[in-house]
Amino acid sequence: MVPISWYLTLSAAIFSVGVYGFLTRRNVILMFLSLELMLNAANLNLVALGHYMGDLRGPILTFFVIAVAAAEAAIGLGLVVALFRNRRTVYADELTELKG
Amino acid sequence: MNAVPPLMLFSVSPVAPELVLVGLGLLLVGIASFPKVPKLIMPSVTALGALVALMLLYTTSSGATSLMNMLVMDGYSRFFKTICLVALLLTVLISERYRTAVDMRHGEYYCLMIFAVVGMMVMISAVDLIMLYVGLELMALSVYCLVGLLKHDTRANEAALKYFLMGAFSSGFFLYGLTLIYGLTGTTQLSELAQRIALLDLSANYALLAGLGLVAVAFAFKVAAAPFHMWTPDVYEGAPTAVTAFMSVAPKAASFAVLGRVLMEGFPMMHDQWGPLLAVFALLSMAVGNIVAIAQTNIKRMLAYSSIAHAGYALLGILAGTAEGLSATMNYLLIYALMSLGAFAIIVHLSSRDGRGERLEDYKGLAQDNPLAALLMLLFMFSLTGIPPTAGFMGKLYLLIAIMNAGHLWLALGAVLFSAISAYYYLRLVRYMYMHEAKPAPRLVFSFGVAAALCVSVFGVAALGVVPSAVLAWAGQAMLGF
Repeated sequence: MVPISWYLTLSAAIFSVGVYGFLTRRNVILMFLSLELMLNAANLNLVALGHYMGDLRGPILTFFVIAVAAAEAAIGLGLVVALFRNRRTVYADELTELKG
Repeated sequence: MNAVPPLMLFSVSPVAPELVLVGLGLLLVGIASFPKVPKLIMPSVTALGALVALMLLYTTSSGATSLMNMLVMDGYSRFFKTICLVALLLTVLISERYRTAVDMRHGEYYCLMIFAVVGMMVMISAVDLIMLYVGLELMALSVYCLVGLLKHDTRANEAALKYFLMGAFSSGFFLYGLTLIYGLTGTTQLSELAQRIALLDLSANYALLAGLGLVAVAFAFKVAAAPFHMWTPDVYEGAPTAVTAFMSVAPKAASFAVLGRVLMEGFPMMHDQWGPLLAVFALLSMAVGNIVAIAQTNIKRMLAYSSIAHAGYALLGILAGTAEGLSATMNYLLIYALMSLGAFAIIVHLSSRDGRGERLEDYKGLAQDNPLAALLMLLFMFSLTGIPPTAGFMGKLYLLIAIMNAGHLWLALGAVLFSAISAYYYLRLVRYMYMHEAKPAPRLVFSFGVAAALCVSVFGVAALGVVPSAVLAWAGQAMLGF
């Protein structure tokens, strides 16, 4: 059986990649992708821990996270579409109308 | 939990207010899809729903749990839910004026607001991290949509996208921190969490500290505490003013409720670790909020920085880690809700399609054209500064007493110092209103909703300044069932 530490290490790595990607990428779509990586790192943790401990709470929370992530993606992409229609850009550093 | 008979898994009465609001929200989705709905139906139904929910809140017995012990109805949640419902009510009252002013005719406006409040109520009541996450997301997703509702307005697009990105990023932190906590303790129930940490002697475990840190950072994002406040000014400025009013109060109160409950109920023995962390957040928030606010020329932006500073004050009571501190924070959040919503009600009253009422210059000489509006704005500014005998002063006083009793003299001194700095920009607005020549401006008549909202907030700000102990006693009472 694969030891639990492998899963946790993998999940920590995916989470770090997500955070790094979110902070360095300026394309909003790629920032969404990084967010999804962060959420899925958490999912991996939950499923692995739930399996390891024989506890159902982790997998149950995973279902909620998947549903929420879907809603989040819908709203996020909706906002990007609205932005693109008005401004013709999907780059975060071009969002400079509000500042001060 | 296995001994619970199946029917007890879902008892209706502790979640009755939420159920009523969900039903109402769905009903409004249906109503909104009809092309010709009389203008006042949606706001009246929403306001009525908020009142019914408030009433139900006080008819259910304290200490009841529902949904497999995931939600609890206690004095603490009742207090915070009252803040959220009052915020909903006042926002609904000022919304019609604003929607007419900027021609924002979206039926989904009120539904989204109701669902956001349901999310907050779930968060406030949640004693299980799973339920907490679901409530948090319901609130956050609804508020993202509200911010971006004016989809042809490029400023609203930008604000909504920035809010969404920062909000989702912080949710990711929260979730990952949650998995670490779950992995180490094997539970998501807050009360069990404290027991397991003591039992397994985990309070110095680095992974648990990381988990707790991630959760604390996520909620620092949500309450707009520095150094995680970058999104706040942009979002407050770009969002429709009525939504900004709502956002400055309700999500913040709900997030503070969660912060207080999770830290005090789930991690009481780790106070030595989270106390200093929150102290740093609090000091930074007060410093950044109050100093940067001075440079602002847009009143919504100025109030955004002011709300960052107020998040700093409110954090003081939580980081004290005492019941006295937490009840001082609760008291302060209620007072802040009233004064912030009052100030935004005046902005809404002055707003028009061309963005009037948003620049600080628009307030020059306001006292000559609209003396009553100027007088009320003066009252709210005094209260936000913390000048006696307004409620803002009493709220700050109790926070300072609580933090000094907990032995943090330096924090109290910092709070007083930064509060003195804040007088500069709050009173500058007063100077603009009273000591400048008026530009030709229309004399405005208060609409019914704005007048009603102002009556409630003025009454609250004045009454809580004169009889301050009433709410504090109520908050202290609420803590007993904690």
